[in-house]
Amino acid sequence: MTTPLVLGVLAGAVLSGTSLLYATLGETIVERSGIVNLGLEGLLLIGASVGFSVTAATGNAWLGLAAAALAGGLANALFGWLVVTRMANQLASGLAMMFFGFGVSALVGAPYIGSVIVGLPKWRPAWLASLPWVESTTLFNYDLLTWVAIPAATFVWWALFRTRWGLGVRAVGESPAAAFAAGRNPAALQYQALCSGGVLAGVAGAHLSLSLTLTWAEYMTAGRGFIAIALVIFSKWHPLRAIVGALLFGGTEALQLQLQARGSEISPFLLEMAPYLLTLVVLLAWGGSRRLAAPASLGRTFYGSD
Amino acid sequence: MPESRLAATLRNSTALRSMLRYSAISLTALAVFAAILLLAGKNPLKAYVDTFSYTLANAYGFSELLVRMTPLLLTAVAVALPSRLGLINVGGEGQLYMGAWLASAGALLFPGAPRWALLPLVAVMGFLGGALFAALPGVLRAAKLVNETIATLLLNYIAPLIVSYSIFGPWRDPGSSAYPQSPVFPEAALLTSFFNTRIHAGLFLALAVLGAYWLLLEKTHWGVEMRAIGGNAEAAQRLGIPVAAWIVVALAIGGGIAGLAGMGEVMGVHGRLRQGLSPGYGFTGFLIAWLAGGRPLGILFMAFLFAIITSAGDTLQITQGLPYAVVNILLAVILFIVLARRPMRGASK
Repeated sequence: MTTPLVLGVLAGAVLSGTSLLYATLGETIVERSGIVNLGLEGLLLIGASVGFSVTAATGNAWLGLAAAALAGGLANALFGWLVVTRMANQLASGLAMMFFGFGVSALVGAPYIGSVIVGLPKWRPAWLASLPWVESTTLFNYDLLTWVAIPAATFVWWALFRTRWGLGVRAVGESPAAAFAAGRNPAALQYQALCSGGVLAGVAGAHLSLSLTLTWAEYMTAGRGFIAIALVIFSKWHPLRAIVGALLFGGTEALQLQLQARGSEISPFLLEMAPYLLTLVVLLAWGGSRRLAAPASLGRTFYGSD
Repeated sequence: MPESRLAATLRNSTALRSMLRYSAISLTALAVFAAILLLAGKNPLKAYVDTFSYTLANAYGFSELLVRMTPLLLTAVAVALPSRLGLINVGGEGQLYMGAWLASAGALLFPGAPRWALLPLVAVMGFLGGALFAALPGVLRAAKLVNETIATLLLNYIAPLIVSYSIFGPWRDPGSSAYPQSPVFPEAALLTSFFNTRIHAGLFLALAVLGAYWLLLEKTHWGVEMRAIGGNAEAAQRLGIPVAAWIVVALAIGGGIAGLAGMGEVMGVHGRLRQGLSPGYGFTGFLIAWLAGGRPLGILFMAFLFAIITSAGDTLQITQGLPYAVVNILLAVILFIVLARRPMRGASK
């Protein structure tokens, strides 16, 4: 009996880890440019509600996904206007974005509560399906977003560490004044980082409603945005290490769901605490020692060089 | 030409000026929110008129505003007090739930206790529930292990689960099988209500806490020490102020005050422990404290204003068929306007 549990957890870990990974990748890009967005939770909610509503209205999940990505990018552009153009406090602006996401998602999703949608199509290559143990589980039966999750992380790594653009973004995150002196435009790079991060957050939210739950419910992201912010610290602001973190947390969530489904004696409410407690433990174990890995100007406002 | 006396008075009266500023911000935010409601195909004018007539135009509506203002005053002080040290407590919501939870434990454990003993007991336990829940991020922050912002945010998700666990499990009222909630608390544990309304003793407790907060800031050397830590923690440490202890104590007291808000909700409004006892009072309290700059009078004014604004959430739900959470857009727009017009110098950490 134990092998199916392990397989079930593994399959679930990949499914629920997918949206965490996209969210973590998005926040990694943003934080590499020196900006903390505590409003990630709000972005995920916007992505989930816009994705679901557009899918329910048009019957096309791909349109829903595109709309969610666009909405995420636009929401982060608004955040950029506050923290880059208006030089507002990043933590307070992030919390404002969180409220904004709570409200906008409730407004957008309200007409479609209870709607039935056909989510993103899932498929499993025949040669994987014929493996022993796999056939009876949902393992390897994934949608496109899950299949390209690891390539996406690799692409983000390549963009940040192997391109001139990524060098610029990281330079701004370390020292906007130095990047400015080297002829780069810190504000433009931060806006670009924010918009790409927002698109990824929108995709992360859409994956929840278009693949994982196939419903919309208020506050359905249940703190995943904050978990992803912790994962950025856990992965030392590195896109490839984020894969490990996302799988670990996806696994916790999957284990909790598997235990519930198997009629565990433990109260589901206590099991649901596991991801949040694990996040605190991870921050406790790694948060202090990893501060040196953070971009040097993270959270600081750049007032121009004089 | 010399300045007229009225203009000079206006310019010099900071209270009046900040009232005018708050009002201008609120009006702008209401206009933006109206535009969003229009886009959603709703009638903003009717929503605003309904909110006004439900809250300010009659005595009962006004009393409900004061009921709503009670937890907001407390959760705002819960944020403002630690913010004097530069600490960001975004965990008011979780601390409120834990206060409600532990106060309920007190009422359920000692059902036969006399009122003179039970009432102080549930109040103390409500305070302790929030205080202990906030002390954890305080200790983590004081030991420079985990940033208190992210820790308090995460704990908000744990507290309602503890409440749900209790009312679905050990504390479930066998009499109400359809709706999970605790049994009704003994009469002796309930806060007195006044004037035939739902206004309860918690309102006066909240005002007393706000007064004590003012005294602490203005009249004690503790207020000076807190300001010193908030200004420059390292220098304060060198002056012999125990910074680490202050961090834990300030967060714990703040959490305890949010816990009192939770105690007030269960003992003054609901009379039993149930799910969803706060429609985000903890988060709204954060906004109030932040917009008021932590000043006691500002908190009083903003708590009243936000009681009206969040009532609009109920109005939207009742008359326009919109979810209560939509009112968060209005809260966000207010924050956006304040943030955009008041760039803050210096590092945001």
